[in-house]
Amino acid sequence: MQRIPRWADVVLVPIISLLLAAICAAGVILAIGQDPIEALNTMVVGALGSAYGWGYTLYYATSFIFTGLAVTVAYHAGLFNIGGEGQAQIGGLGVALVLLFIPWPHWTVALLAATLGAAAFGAIWAAIPGYLQAKRGSHIVITTIMFNYIAYSLIVWMLVDVLRPAGQAEPATARFPATYGLPTLTDIPVLSSIFTDQVPANVSLFVALAACFAVWLLLFRTPLGYEIRAFGKSESAARYAGINPTKIIVVTMMISGALAGMMSINNVMGESGRLLQNASEGAGFIGIAVALMGRNHPFGVVLAALLFGFLYQGGAEVGLWTQIPIDLRVVLQGLVILFTGALDHMVRMLLGLFFRRRAA
Amino acid sequence: MDYATLLQLLDSTVRLATPLLLACLAGLFSERAGVFDIGLEGKMLIAAMTSGAVAAISGSVWIGLAAGIGASLVWALMHGIASITFRGNQLISGVALNFLASGITVLVAQAAFGQGGRTPPLSGDARFGAITLPFAEALREVPVIGPLYFEVISGHPLLVYVAALAVPVTWWVLFRTRFGLRLRAVGENPAAVDTAGISVVRLRFAAVLIAGVLCGIAGAYMATALQAGFGREMTAGRGYIALAALIFAKWKPWAALYATLLFGFFQALALRPDVVTRVTTLDIPVPALEALPYVLTVLVLAGFVGRAIPPRAGGEPYVKER
Repeated sequence: MQRIPRWADVVLVPIISLLLAAICAAGVILAIGQDPIEALNTMVVGALGSAYGWGYTLYYATSFIFTGLAVTVAYHAGLFNIGGEGQAQIGGLGVALVLLFIPWPHWTVALLAATLGAAAFGAIWAAIPGYLQAKRGSHIVITTIMFNYIAYSLIVWMLVDVLRPAGQAEPATARFPATYGLPTLTDIPVLSSIFTDQVPANVSLFVALAACFAVWLLLFRTPLGYEIRAFGKSESAARYAGINPTKIIVVTMMISGALAGMMSINNVMGESGRLLQNASEGAGFIGIAVALMGRNHPFGVVLAALLFGFLYQGGAEVGLWTQIPIDLRVVLQGLVILFTGALDHMVRMLLGLFFRRRAA
Repeated sequence: MDYATLLQLLDSTVRLATPLLLACLAGLFSERAGVFDIGLEGKMLIAAMTSGAVAAISGSVWIGLAAGIGASLVWALMHGIASITFRGNQLISGVALNFLASGITVLVAQAAFGQGGRTPPLSGDARFGAITLPFAEALREVPVIGPLYFEVISGHPLLVYVAALAVPVTWWVLFRTRFGLRLRAVGENPAAVDTAGISVVRLRFAAVLIAGVLCGIAGAYMATALQAGFGREMTAGRGYIALAALIFAKWKPWAALYATLLFGFFQALALRPDVVTRVTTLDIPVPALEALPYVLTVLVLAGFVGRAIPPRAGGEPYVKER
């Protein structure tokens, strides 16, 4: 295959993949008899046209940074974690239990505790498929998918039969104490002059960015990160170098699950203030697209998360103001995964042809 | 549990195992040729929506079935182009196509019928009706065997028998024809097949397209026989359960039949909380029963598979030597 310059591989390939996905999405919108230009316009205005729209875009991006990092960490160990959705839901359960049953003096302490609770619950939910893969050889892709369904049922049961306050019809927990409410961008000095309307984006955004830096440190600056990446490149070589496969698989999955679970501080603690059914709204699955789009690098994940924050908020606006259902978001997600993850060689081949002609 | 209840359970086992079996055989063809297919779920879903929609518009279940198979073939072709032609990651391609199906089915069904992403209820010729096998009525009075034949074996839609027939056909194609030998070889050692002057790409595409046809039938069965119309996300993870069954069956056709019957039985149990409660004398919450097929899938994969050795070249794109 023709070699292409590194800058083209890092910059051009994702952009062209994204353009191809956008063209296909436009085709789908045309096919159902709607106007793609109007849809794009609605998305841009709704998600980026106002500080209010940005408040939602950043809110979704916060969740996607967490789930994108989750997929990224697992990917570096050669593990495909499709269970981010379930891990995020169980992480939400962790947040709810920590905040409902233990009193905390201040929202900062509560945030720290909720983060730990979410991470612990997510980690446990991911550790089981990891352990089964390492010890019993169960295919991690299938097990994590099954755990998504099991998590869904578990949450339904917890919300309907266990955590629902007496006399409440809706399957949800009680509200967390108001003092645990996370400051939104509107409440933060300086930023409050930009975000004048109440927006859902909250301080979790900064936790997400910190997590991003921490994952970069872990993967590229620590012995454990080295072992994870070595294992992902070649299991047999890693084994020969004395790396314990069971340990790496389980630990990597736990870190991955913890990151997916941590998104719950954003939606459960920050936004809804209680645990609702299907709280993660597919963000766990979006993490796959975010990781692929971000080329499995923590900093790429931030950019890709912003992009998907835009698509998600824009998609919601499209669902609200046009005849196109909100499920357009899932189509976009599928197309981005297809073009950036599975058809990336096609894009590289096309670029290779282009660069060869220029070199000749 | 009395005999009549058991027969009811087995009856729904057969009905619920059918889409699993078809999808499992689809995965069998694909994976034996060295192409992993996480996208069984998406192919079933797009086929279910298309067949439900077309059957509703045309009033003919046969046109619906053909349209469903066609839609599934489009998905199979995309998977082939991504993972065979452009040597992309097969798992990622499958996941992407599943999301694509999940979104597009709702978009199209909503645009066509405006019923919240569902297709209109089917009846009459737009659905597969139950078929009574010969002598079922006559033998009904025979003790034990008669009711078994009448309730469990007879009285299913045509596609159930198509699925059952697909098992020996699959076995024959894979293990008694030249095509099958080559197909299995391409999943074990594609370089050897290539050296013999046979096209690896063409064989893998053939396998992927056969998988498309089988998933198409499975999806059409979901929308036009098991249910009367398409509903959002109606396949509910069956494509993945079929993959688990495929591993449990160690990539063998007859074992696939038994494995999918077992998983079908789990699903049938989940639909009968009353029976489970009576037999176990425990008050099991409904969500726990709904999770049962998925939990048992995990347990089966974790505990009872033993050594399952997948086709050696599975998941690896083939790069021709230069």
